Amino acid sequence: MNEKIRIGCGAGFSGDRLEPALILTEKGYLDYLVLECLAERTIALAQKRKQQDPHTGYDVLLERRIEGLLPLLLQHKTRLITNMGAANPIAGANKILEIAKKAGLKVKVAIVLGDDVFDQLNGEEFSLEGSKPLNTYGKLVSANAYLGVDAILPALATDAQIILTGRVADPSLFLAPMIHELGWDKENEDLMGKGTVLGHLMECAGQITGGYFADPVTKPVPNMDILGHPIVEVSRDGSGIITKVEETGGLINTQTAKEQLLYEVLDPGNYFTPDVVADFRSVRFEEVGPNQLKVNGGSGKTKPETLKVSVGYQAGWIGEGKISYAGAHAVERAKLAGEIIEKRIGDRFDEFRVDYIGLSSLHGESVSKGTSPYEVRLRIAGKSNEKALAQLVGEEVEALYTNGPAGGGGARKYLNEVIGVVSILMDRNQIHPSIQVFES
Amino acid sequence: MSQKLADIAHSRAGDKGNTLVLSLFPLEEKDYSLLVEKVTAEKVKQHLSHQLKGSVTRHEIPELKALLFTCENALTSGVTTSLALDAHGKSLSYALLEMKI
Repeated sequence: MNEKIRIGCGAGFSGDRLEPALILTEKGYLDYLVLECLAERTIALAQKRKQQDPHTGYDVLLERRIEGLLPLLLQHKTRLITNMGAANPIAGANKILEIAKKAGLKVKVAIVLGDDVFDQLNGEEFSLEGSKPLNTYGKLVSANAYLGVDAILPALATDAQIILTGRVADPSLFLAPMIHELGWDKENEDLMGKGTVLGHLMECAGQITGGYFADPVTKPVPNMDILGHPIVEVSRDGSGIITKVEETGGLINTQTAKEQLLYEVLDPGNYFTPDVVADFRSVRFEEVGPNQLKVNGGSGKTKPETLKVSVGYQAGWIGEGKISYAGAHAVERAKLAGEIIEKRIGDRFDEFRVDYIGLSSLHGESVSKGTSPYEVRLRIAGKSNEKALAQLVGEEVEALYTNGPAGGGGARKYLNEVIGVVSILMDRNQIHPSIQVFES
Repeated sequence: MSQKLADIAHSRAGDKGNTLVLSLFPLEEKDYSLLVEKVTAEKVKQHLSHQLKGSVTRHEIPELKALLFTCENALTSGVTTSLALDAHGKSLSYALLEMKI
């Protein structure tokens, strides 16, 4: 049993930068590296890829991330915990073995299964968001339950260097190694709460080191071009020190930590995970050195009887077009262009939206009232179940070149398939996690 | 003298489905009581009326000198299906900071 462990977070979303994880592994003296790469919709998109090709469905960057990291992980005896298994941890594990073989390395991968509960749905379950049955949304494509530490701990009990999961709650990726290494009792709700606080602070990687925080006027952050990702050194009492590799850029202080502590938190007294209902209100921060923040406090209550399940469904297509206007009467010309398109095709769409980028596209008319930009970019978006109709939006915007107001430039068109995600709750006794070990 | 929230506070936006979460902190701790007094749930709802279509709940967290606004039905339909340019609502922290106090 250890007195302390060090966990780094090298990625906070699927598209996160590759380099910070390499630096963490090489210079962070880590016991564990966590890569959190699975947003709600990411797993639904991965399910679709798996349906098309059963050898895919793991994270699209898995190959690039593992190729770079694997030699470093083995050299520094750092274990990796990641949800890059996405919709297909088995295929992901096979890919990792293939990468190891190519590099002449030996590796053991433990995968966590059981989050995929699609077969248990009948479509009549009511969503939490809309209070209507799932089958009224569209064709269902995926259902993944948020597993917790119960599912990850058996994988940690093996001697695998890599633990690859599908959908698990983000803080659980961090709490599991704390329990495993520090000898914590899972029924100790206070420690589960404290560990969840630390996991939540870490899970978005660069968001606690100055990313999504910096404002050069009120909140300057140094050297953001080489922004480092965070490390937490956790003690047996549930306190931790959050820090980063010294030579990296960024900033860790009370301000960055407070913003991250409350990020995406609906109720600071009741933060639900599969492991605990955590209370964040009594968390205390203390700056004990440059970029060294001590985190104390937080507590927990009995874990919920149900687990959240993200359900993906086909939601049609979104077509989009953009074109810019600048100089005299830029706003008036952009508005004329918007009216033209709306008259030409607007009423054929279930949902249709006209935005003026530079004026009111982000915060709407009420906040931006009375301002007048030099240039403005018209953006039009429409949603339809018909692909060809969605495509028409971009085509019509492009055609403004010759059929719209003067001086329109830089037209671009986009078409995206939409996977919607809603949630249900499922009795945790209905969900049966398991592990498998793969060895090269 | 009228000033903007941006002069005395910082904020971060987060999303859960169609719910927007806005945290608010004073840049200097002494201004926390001013935020508690001035930035009520009603004022936030009114300030962002075009965006917030549901209820706004304010959580006070004095230990952290923080306010948290949980805004329901605030992201048109939620990040996965919304037509909005900023479907997550990530930029909305700075819409809150435009509030005059």
